Amino acid sequence: MASPIVHVHHAPTGFIRRYIFSLDHKVIGLQYYFLALFSVFLGMGLSVLMRFHLVYPDAKVGFFETLWKTGAPGGIMTPELYLSLMTMHGTIMVFFVLTTAPQSGFGNYFLPIQIGAEDMAFPVLNMLSFWTTFLALIVMVAAFFVPGGAPLAGWTAYPPLSAVGALSGPGEGLGQTLWIISIAIFSGASLMGAINFIATTIDLRAKGLSMMRLPLTCWSWFVTAILGLLGFAVLLAAGVLLLLDRLAGTSFFLPAGLLVNDQILNHKGGSPLLWQHLFWFFGHPEVYIAILPGMGVASQLLSTFSRKPIFGYRAMVYAILGIGFLGFFVWGHHMFMSGMNPYSAFAFSVLTMSIGVPSAIKTFNWIGTLWGGRIRFTTAMLFALGFVSLFVTGGISGIFLGQPALDLYFHDTYFVVGHFHMIMGVAAIFGMFAGTFYWFPKVTGRFMNETLGKIHFYLTFIGVYAIFTPMHFLGIAGNPRRYADFTNFDFLGKLLPVHTFMTHAAFATAVVQLIFLFNLIWSAKKGKPAPVNPWEATTLEWTVPSPPPFDNFAGKHPVVNHGPYEYSVPGAAKDYIMQSDPA
Amino acid sequence: MLLGAVVWVLTLVICFFFLGHYWWFPPPISQHGQFYDAQFTLTLWVTGIIFFCAQMALGYVIIKFRDRGGTAHYSHGNNVLEVVWTSATAVLFIGLVLAGTRIWAAVHFEEAPAGAMRIEVMAKQFAWSFRYPGPDGKFGRTDLKLVNDQGGNPFGIDDKDPAGKDDITSASIKVPVGRPIQLILRSRDVIHNFFVRELRLKQDIVPGMEIPFHFQADQIGTYEVPCSELCGLGHHQMRTTLEVMPEADFQKWLQEQAAQK
Repeated sequence: MASPIVHVHHAPTGFIRRYIFSLDHKVIGLQYYFLALFSVFLGMGLSVLMRFHLVYPDAKVGFFETLWKTGAPGGIMTPELYLSLMTMHGTIMVFFVLTTAPQSGFGNYFLPIQIGAEDMAFPVLNMLSFWTTFLALIVMVAAFFVPGGAPLAGWTAYPPLSAVGALSGPGEGLGQTLWIISIAIFSGASLMGAINFIATTIDLRAKGLSMMRLPLTCWSWFVTAILGLLGFAVLLAAGVLLLLDRLAGTSFFLPAGLLVNDQILNHKGGSPLLWQHLFWFFGHPEVYIAILPGMGVASQLLSTFSRKPIFGYRAMVYAILGIGFLGFFVWGHHMFMSGMNPYSAFAFSVLTMSIGVPSAIKTFNWIGTLWGGRIRFTTAMLFALGFVSLFVTGGISGIFLGQPALDLYFHDTYFVVGHFHMIMGVAAIFGMFAGTFYWFPKVTGRFMNETLGKIHFYLTFIGVYAIFTPMHFLGIAGNPRRYADFTNFDFLGKLLPVHTFMTHAAFATAVVQLIFLFNLIWSAKKGKPAPVNPWEATTLEWTVPSPPPFDNFAGKHPVVNHGPYEYSVPGAAKDYIMQSDPA
Repeated sequence: MLLGAVVWVLTLVICFFFLGHYWWFPPPISQHGQFYDAQFTLTLWVTGIIFFCAQMALGYVIIKFRDRGGTAHYSHGNNVLEVVWTSATAVLFIGLVLAGTRIWAAVHFEEAPAGAMRIEVMAKQFAWSFRYPGPDGKFGRTDLKLVNDQGGNPFGIDDKDPAGKDDITSASIKVPVGRPIQLILRSRDVIHNFFVRELRLKQDIVPGMEIPFHFQADQIGTYEVPCSELCGLGHHQMRTTLEVMPEADFQKWLQEQAAQK
């Protein structure tokens, strides 16, 4: 037998090619992670300011005036500034955090290693997609600094509000234009990333790694990439059309008969509902883009730390595929109240309820995985368990909102805000925390501090329940969302104590996140050194040194002989069989 | 271990607040509202039981199956269980939708009863206007160029059209109790939303569309109407009221308005 030829690829030695314009998927993964980390703290900061204004709308804070001269004259935040903060909070969180970290961050770093590849399929495209995303973030943040400030039309940017320029409000001038340009750039970047993930998963799997031996993390990154490819293409087109309506006088989304701010407009023939269809055709799959990778990480960790195979691997794969597929047929449930044909609401609601089924399957299988296990409570595992709890809580309220009949009251109330924050906000972020604690030893060769990690976990877990559970009650009481303050309605005044409680909970939970930041930085330098496979896990990334070498497997080609979750196999020497162990 | 207890306590606290109705719906003022509340209650019980059982089970496995030495149970799953819980959730979830369909159909598939009183709604940044057709039962022609908010003509009613001469406009909506009402929802700038909590009804108002929307209020009273679709910087101030009046008072109000013209 001929000895295998080993080609070792070395990292470039120059700083710029190695760390800035790097082609290494691991460096690019970290670049995405840090971009998302910056964005999440920015987005959280905005939300704290919003919560403050909702409860103390008349407070004079000199610092506000320093930041926003026109938005907070005399230090008092204006309603338009509140709406700008809200728009930017939503946009930054959805695009630059939830789309970026779970998929492009963790996926970039670990997909190639978990499938035994030395890099992504298209390294140059990978580099381009990161730097394009970076450009999109710069353009987005720039919207704060232009005359009129950031847009106020929300992350959904419904026309006509978003399409008629500064007539409809401050921030709707250049700010809104920059917002759309940023989203279009971001869409382009996401398309490049999606193509890369799909090609990598299909073409670069190690020998023996059949699709049905893929770790569920890889399955979820793969399906997420397909969702991104189909979704962002439509968002890009919609964004371009909206831009044309604003800048070139077209009327894709603008009907005849508009009189905005005492000015008659000449548009005719467009439909505001067209935007909603296009936006939500992207927007609903986007929810799964945010949460699927978290589901993958949770599955991976629950199996690893309960020392049990995942319960119903095939059912889990089919559930991921089912969610991905059905995800494209449910966008209309965002539009039950929009004025679209009410008969289609019936079809959309049945499909929406159907997508609850694979989500429920996943939950049952997670509990099935834990059942009969020997659970090791690392911080990573706590976050994975927290994910399951939040996923149940956030998912269950969807059963209300998926019914058009009940949406007749709940649409655009805080019930909706509570629902999507629970599931696509904090559940997805718990997935990221879990992934961070789990893979930190692989990336740095050191553990994160477990004591700090557990304190951070418990305070955050209780904190997010304290912030977002009351939103459901506000929704039941009819509190509309996207209100800059609650001073104009009698019934809203009575709900202020609930808002005050939530604001305090949000402040506390935001401060607690500094523990995580400290832990991350401190542990990278001073953390306890970790062995190659600290969690006694089975997938391929735990066979390579920490941090992994430039080409991951030092020129060797791993061969996979086992499924990804062979824990506690009767008769085996250890309680885990690695995927690359001999058959 | 601790997490199991935390999950249990959080679950119980949440259930306590849901059962206590501390922040809740205002009482319904229509038959639709009662049907709505029944559907909500049904959904709350079904989802509440699933929520309670799932969280309790999660807390239980966390405590019960913590690592205390020994080996984990080797199992790749159970197909019978998969089929059972897949079918059970599918039946429950789809069943809930079907149960609520009548409510949706009554609002959107059925036309307003014949003889319903027609009121036109005009939403703009950040105010409401309502138009009654007057004794002739006909709305007069409107023209955007004639819109004059300060001059009391938010609809742009054309004086030259005889049908418009007796039209009455109002900044709040007043309706007689127990009569079917047919709204025609219009916006002249951005998307707004007409929402009355006590009616359990909500509908977007989209520029370029005339959306029909019907209801019947059976309880006399004044109810707040908050705009419920983001419409710009004054969204949170876009308030009016729905006043449900005895028939006689309503007729008197109509006559007073007509006399002022």
